[in-house]
Amino acid sequence: MKRLLLLIVRMVTLLIAISIVSFLLVTKAPIDPLTAYIGANSTISEEAKEEISEYWGLGQPPLERFLAWAGNTLRGDFGESIVYRQPVLQVIQERFQYSLALMLAAWISSGLFGFLLGIAAAAFQGSILDKAIKTICLVFQSSPTFWVGLLALSVFAVNLGWFPIGLAAPMGKLASEVTLGERIHHLILPSMTLGILGVGKITLYTRQKLLEILNSEFMLYAKARGEGKWQMIRRHGLKNIAIPAVTVQFASFSELFGGIALAESVFSYPGIGSAVTAAGLGGDVPLLLGIAVFSAAFVFIGNLAANILYGVIDPRIRENGSFHKKSNTPQQATGHGLDCSFRSKGRDI
Amino acid sequence: MDKAGDGMATGKKKMGGFWNRRQKTLCSIGFAAAYLLLALLAGLLVSPESYGVDYGAKFLAPCFAHPFGTDEMGRDMFFRSVKGLSNSIGIGVLASAASSVIALAFGVTAAVKGGIADRFVNWCVDLCMGIPHLILLVLISFMMGRGQKGVMAAVALTHWPELTRLVRAEVLQIRSAQYVQASYRMGKTRMWAAWHHMVPQVLPVYLIGVVLLFPHAIMHEAAVTFLGFGFPPEVPAIGVILSESMKHIAAGNWWLAVFPGLLLLLAVMLFDVAGENLKRLWNPNSGNE
Amino acid sequence: MEGQKNKPVLEVEDLCISFEMYGKGLEKYRLEMVHHLSLTVNPGEIVAVVGASGSGKSLLAHAILGILPGNAKVEGRLAFCGQCLDSAAQQKLRGRDIAFIPQSVEYLDPLMKVGKQVLGTGARREKKQRMARWKQVFARYRLEESVAGLYPCQLSGGMARRVLIAGAVMEPVKLVVADEPTPGLSETLAKETMENFRELAAEGCGVLLITHDIDLAFQVAARIAVLYAGSVMEIAPADDFSGDGSALRHPYSKAFLQALPQNGFCPIAGSQPYAGNLPPGCLFAGRCPKRTDACAGKVEMRTLRGGEVRCIYAE
Repeated sequence: MKRLLLLIVRMVTLLIAISIVSFLLVTKAPIDPLTAYIGANSTISEEAKEEISEYWGLGQPPLERFLAWAGNTLRGDFGESIVYRQPVLQVIQERFQYSLALMLAAWISSGLFGFLLGIAAAAFQGSILDKAIKTICLVFQSSPTFWVGLLALSVFAVNLGWFPIGLAAPMGKLASEVTLGERIHHLILPSMTLGILGVGKITLYTRQKLLEILNSEFMLYAKARGEGKWQMIRRHGLKNIAIPAVTVQFASFSELFGGIALAESVFSYPGIGSAVTAAGLGGDVPLLLGIAVFSAAFVFIGNLAANILYGVIDPRIRENGSFHKKSNTPQQATGHGLDCSFRSKGRDI
Repeated sequence: MDKAGDGMATGKKKMGGFWNRRQKTLCSIGFAAAYLLLALLAGLLVSPESYGVDYGAKFLAPCFAHPFGTDEMGRDMFFRSVKGLSNSIGIGVLASAASSVIALAFGVTAAVKGGIADRFVNWCVDLCMGIPHLILLVLISFMMGRGQKGVMAAVALTHWPELTRLVRAEVLQIRSAQYVQASYRMGKTRMWAAWHHMVPQVLPVYLIGVVLLFPHAIMHEAAVTFLGFGFPPEVPAIGVILSESMKHIAAGNWWLAVFPGLLLLLAVMLFDVAGENLKRLWNPNSGNE
Repeated sequence: MEGQKNKPVLEVEDLCISFEMYGKGLEKYRLEMVHHLSLTVNPGEIVAVVGASGSGKSLLAHAILGILPGNAKVEGRLAFCGQCLDSAAQQKLRGRDIAFIPQSVEYLDPLMKVGKQVLGTGARREKKQRMARWKQVFARYRLEESVAGLYPCQLSGGMARRVLIAGAVMEPVKLVVADEPTPGLSETLAKETMENFRELAAEGCGVLLITHDIDLAFQVAARIAVLYAGSVMEIAPADDFSGDGSALRHPYSKAFLQALPQNGFCPIAGSQPYAGNLPPGCLFAGRCPKRTDACAGKVEMRTLRGGEVRCIYAE
């Protein structure tokens, strides 16, 4: 419990530091501060400009400006988005719903597929199936997400016509009239694109873990007690690889968030990812800052979930409170340390 | 305890049939290096005329004269893509170099100084990894006012955390190794120990780390450019080309996206495979079998 | 040798175990780790195999159960109760008629509760019967029912040992192969473990006890085989190992005994040869005080004074 508390404290301080850094980065941009907050071709009155100037503490030193922004942020006021002419929080909220559906679909499907493929590859290690899975994963891992999206679009939407070309709903339809089926129909290609980004990593990871476990002493013992290969995998393998695999999946939140920026841009999907692009290109400082902080919080939640999962499910940690005390089984020896950011060697594009 | 003896026999695993690891590694490095040189050279040699505008040859599908087809201005996609790849690789080399220098400085300082320096470096690593990489790239590029300068700074400044950890761990491990401790006690100077023990151990790990960092860098460059935060539209770059192709893909001009992307994929894969093979050759127990 | 009325529960004849290895480049070679090993275990008998690290003891155990890694090659003849013990038979018999007792809790699934692991998958009996047997086994090894709900990492040393034995006897096995069951245990616990093996033998079970602890082996075993660099040097009745070992036949067995703390703690110089670099003839010749040129020739196993020995000078 103490360990978890420390972790949360550390993560929260990091979150604060991240907002400071983001603030510095964004406000250092070579655009006129006032323009940055109201947009280049704005037609608002001088009075309103004064108000905004005061709100953001323009003309004051950076520290004070940051404090002004941080104070507002803590009160839940992220300012007004220039591009969308709405409060930043509202933009994030609306768009995150779309992105969440996309990410969840991709996250769950890539996790399930990856887990199953990884098990199949490990169970038939060295076979043609194993080699094929490994090669496919390697190609998937190296494929730029936006390119995969373009290919999917070209094949499934343009040539075959199975799926719509973009957006989250049929064009010209009111939001209230869009059916669930239509939403899912629009979701499939982008989530497939995003899933391909993640599936390679989880497959190779699952395969590697299962191979380690199949070579472990307790598998040898299970074999000596007359268990068959599949029985061994079912009885001892699944549980032992499920925790690390789910953990890795949670730790991939960072890549997932990067992935939606690209996938949504290809499919003109109105999620938070395309909002980042729009904010950056439109010089929308409040929105860019808001999303940066939000994305850091999102990654933070993923890492926290990964840490908690490891701690709650594995009896060895529950018992010892520390992971490195007895590192004898292969799983423990190569297990993750419990630090803030899991070392995930994946790509986010 | 029979383990020590048995381990010698059971520890080794079967390797592949015709090719052993060493040959595979050499081969993959050869391919990657050849591809790198070829792309860079081609980029230097290809003149802008070879992908000049020719409105008489708009949207030609791949053919003998234009293996990758032409775009809406009749520009030859093959030469444009090659030029673009060489631009991407250029950025990749630059960024890997910059990031690897940062990583080396940070990693060694953290491991050697320890204490507050170590904590600070770890904190920086966590900080950098706490934001989705792509968002960080966008933020930095935004700060630099986008364009070529923006993408270069973004890619160069964000690829050091993993390598820093690697270097730090490696230096820490060797510093505490018995033979290094023994050489201190035998009166050898720090410099001597560093040169004779640290460098030969850390350098290969570091170089492999740089090779593995490279594909990340070129892919991130392409992604940032694709989103519009990198190379300006008039520069041939894979990201620009793919971003333009979005407008024409709905009309069935698939080749505008397929081939340039394949070039990029090939570059990323070759370096990935070469790096992983090197890593396994250096440390057989790491990585997947 | 008692128990001759029945067929031996385990016969090992001329067993060789080798591994396919890859050297530098494309070179592929075979490394023999166990050479021409012959051994029998009768019902109700405990046979101990002793030897230093790297003498191939664990390989013997793994070969009997058929759980060697894929690059291992087994030659020679294995028989269980007179039946040929090939890999198909091993697959059928292990866990049912042949039980394996591993070294430590590391051999238990870290994420499965102990009770479920002891219960095993036992294909032979109905669930109800298995539960009954499980209760019986737990009671027999003084394991409280609450132990069943623990995870392996929560077990104490002695408890872990009893759990592993309990797992082995869930089925009515005829042969128990115990691989180093005592390291890390206190003397009392080690003795208790040995007592458990004696009970098993008294019920008619054959026990192959693999250990480096000749003292413990001597207390329970009927016969002891001494392994050196993958070869059996001597098989003798346990009684011959009493005292300073003057009743023993092979110079290595004597040296092995004399290296024990209570026997003067005088080790001989040199070390066991590596499997890839074995001398011709007698493997112990390099360290043997009685060695002559004749030792470089082939040395066969021969019977001598109610035991067997692989030495041309033994008398």
